[in-house]
Amino acid sequence: MLEDTGEKRRVLGRRDILKAAGVGVMAIAGGGLASGSAFATPESTAEALKKIIGTAAKAGKVTIKLPEIAENGRTVPITVSVDSPMTSGDYVKTIIVMAEGNPNPEVVNFNLTPALGKAEISTRMRLGKTQNVVAAAVMSDGSVYTGKKQVKVTIGGCGG
Amino acid sequence: MAKKPRIKVPKSAKKGEQIQIKTLISHKMETGRRKGKDGKLIPRMIINNFSCKFGGKEVFSADMYPAIAANPYFAFYVTVDKSGTFEFAWTDDKGKTVTASKDIAVT
Repeated sequence: MLEDTGEKRRVLGRRDILKAAGVGVMAIAGGGLASGSAFATPESTAEALKKIIGTAAKAGKVTIKLPEIAENGRTVPITVSVDSPMTSGDYVKTIIVMAEGNPNPEVVNFNLTPALGKAEISTRMRLGKTQNVVAAAVMSDGSVYTGKKQVKVTIGGCGG
Repeated sequence: MAKKPRIKVPKSAKKGEQIQIKTLISHKMETGRRKGKDGKLIPRMIINNFSCKFGGKEVFSADMYPAIAANPYFAFYVTVDKSGTFEFAWTDDKGKTVTASKDIAVT
């Protein structure tokens, strides 16, 4: 009998902890929304991207090079390349890079010209957590191609 | 705003050669999400635009957001047909611009 009560108490204890944790998570999420600093989600990123490039995007032609695991999210090397001849008649006009799990999805927009000869650009970016990085390439004829790459982040790099 | 940028452009190249240009500038790229010692948010202060011109014509530019790491670095390729000057410009949130230039001899 005594042992029984002990068991019950322990179970209740666990539930209390779970409940408390749940409330805590909700509070954090609510607070984030209220101050407008919620992290981006894949959906909100797709929405933001759609506003710029429209809905006719096709997957392919865009390659994102990122490390499999980024130990330090404060500076992560990224290379975006697009399969394009880069001639005056057929070139990449814009490359838009977005991160699905950062506070704001926008990372960088590259404006290219045929003078480059090759659509490959490297830079360094911040990553808040493990997430997908999306790149969209707008071609000179108006067609849009997208590419995606997942990156695991050990330590986030978005302040806080 | 910032110290002198570091730029790598080859001194000479053959006509039609694809050269790589690398640029690096020292800048904190304050995201506006970090808190200072007083617990207040440090206002956003980033370089939001980088541009590269060759012979007065823009060949490459980038619009940056706070997700670009501190000390913005870019590497890209340019195909050169004639000798000329590359002009680089970085503009920050306050509208201040840092410029630099590099010559290339094309044979």
